Amino acid sequence: MITKEEVKHIAKLARLGLTEKEIERTQKELSLILDYFKILKEIDTENIVPTSHPVSAKSYLREDKIFKLPPEETEKIIQMAPQKEKRYVRTKAIL
Amino acid sequence: MEPTDLTIAKIHQGLIKKEFSALELAKLLLDRIKKSDKEINAFLTFTEDLALLQAKKIDEIISKKKEIPILAGIPFAVKDNILIENVRCTAGSKILENYIAPYDATCIKKLKSQGAIILGKTNLDEFAMGSSTEHSAFFPTKNPADISRVPGGSSGGSAAAVAANFCSFALGSDTCGSIRQPAAFCGVVGLKPTYGAVSRYGLVAMASSLDQIGPIAKTVEDAKIVFEAISGKDPLDSTSIKTSNIQYLISNIKDLKIGVPKEYFACPVGSRMDSYGAKGIDPEVEKKVRAAIKKYEEAGAKIEEVSLPFSTHHSLATYYLIMPSEVSANLARYDGIKYGYSKVDPGVKPSARYGAKSLKHAPYRNKVSGAGSEVGSLMDVYLKSRAEGFGTEVRRRIMLGTYALSAGYYDAYYLKAQKVRTLIIKNFQKVFEKVDVLMTPTTPSPAFKLGERIIDPLSMYLSDIYMAAVSLAGLPAISIPCGEIQRLPVGLQIIGKQFEENKILAIADLPL
Repeated sequence: MITKEEVKHIAKLARLGLTEKEIERTQKELSLILDYFKILKEIDTENIVPTSHPVSAKSYLREDKIFKLPPEETEKIIQMAPQKEKRYVRTKAIL
Repeated sequence: MEPTDLTIAKIHQGLIKKEFSALELAKLLLDRIKKSDKEINAFLTFTEDLALLQAKKIDEIISKKKEIPILAGIPFAVKDNILIENVRCTAGSKILENYIAPYDATCIKKLKSQGAIILGKTNLDEFAMGSSTEHSAFFPTKNPADISRVPGGSSGGSAAAVAANFCSFALGSDTCGSIRQPAAFCGVVGLKPTYGAVSRYGLVAMASSLDQIGPIAKTVEDAKIVFEAISGKDPLDSTSIKTSNIQYLISNIKDLKIGVPKEYFACPVGSRMDSYGAKGIDPEVEKKVRAAIKKYEEAGAKIEEVSLPFSTHHSLATYYLIMPSEVSANLARYDGIKYGYSKVDPGVKPSARYGAKSLKHAPYRNKVSGAGSEVGSLMDVYLKSRAEGFGTEVRRRIMLGTYALSAGYYDAYYLKAQKVRTLIIKNFQKVFEKVDVLMTPTTPSPAFKLGERIIDPLSMYLSDIYMAAVSLAGLPAISIPCGEIQRLPVGLQIIGKQFEENKILAIADLPL
């Protein structure tokens, strides 16, 4: 059973603000689901290479050229920011 | 026959012969949606102005006697996790409730260039996380076959829209059955392409190694037409692959070898999986699916029982480790700063250029407390914007993924799952040395009732038990209707080797 401390730690890593009640509920639900994963222990994966993509695609790079977006496009993106100042996206102090 | 009941090819003929206009067809469907969608709730946003504009353009081209592509004038709906420029895109979430897409997804660009008509954005489980569309932050969609039941998910809105004849076809996305399962529940055709066949540019990312956009349509031929239009290598999606598009003709059905994996019909009552609420396959579903497979046998195909170890419960467990891990990374971008719901300023409401249906919050959603408290620091912006903007299922999966990737657990969970994924892929490769395609039930049961599985997440996950292995291996699969159980549709899943969409489409389309 996953502990309350572990749940709080994970919530902080995931930047999710959970209430006490939510932490309790998450604890129960995650424990149930983690329990289901035990069936994977039955499978021998010694010397098996992990797969991250099911179809082999070669990664490729594009030319190192600057593509300038027309100002109307940039304007659309800036408009989406909840807090902005002139053409800057505004955030709270980081440091 | 009404123009709205025709297949894509017949509509195309009707438009060229001027039996009806694109504008008439679009208006017929928009009227029908306005009258009947309040019962089904398939749509989140209507794009009426855009549709009428597009339709008029097509009629102009036809009047000048210019040739039109096959999809010109064909009205369709789009799952609300695929971006259409200047149209609101919510991903079924409160965190994007007022987000206006700044660009078109590649598949939308392709369909627009053919002149297909966009009617609106359809409902989905929030961020495509769910199997019933009940996790939409706004409201659930009903199954047109029985409105007390779910349409499936996460592309429930798209499947319901096609089944209710609100559009000619719809786009959905499939990460672990989200096209196939709702197609089966609603009695329509749903194709999940090979991973990489269709560009994911403009699809709100959920699990990057699994997501694929695909068509939901009334017939297999229609699904094929749409698939051909949207597939292809895209420089904007480095995981997209050039498809050869070799047509597959079944010269002699006696040469066809169909594999039926025994694991998909197992899990009898009383087995240990019962403790997880897995009831195994409904015997009525088994009857219908086996009867459908028998038709191929009667036509001359060879049916062989095969074994696909780890392809049900183990695959589902693997999926529910890999997917949340990728989700936890992909949803980190929703931070209340660049776009979307922000605790600092929750009232951001840029005007939507294309008409937005008023969205009410779903009654099932658990209320998030902590609203109204001070937002002091940057950390608070993250913690509160995300806690309030995301629904319970999304938060659950982010937590699961963060845990599986965290120090101390990465090896036991995520890495282990990736290794099992390799074995699942190898098992498919072995089986495909002996058979051409596999046939299985799409789901273990027909559509369940609204509210039936929403409380127990594991019971919801189990409805995708036949979907996971295919998604993990990146294989193409189609679900086609194969009968009904007391008016509830049942789906047959046909699985092919990578990039053999044309083969499974041809086999699905055989007149038996």
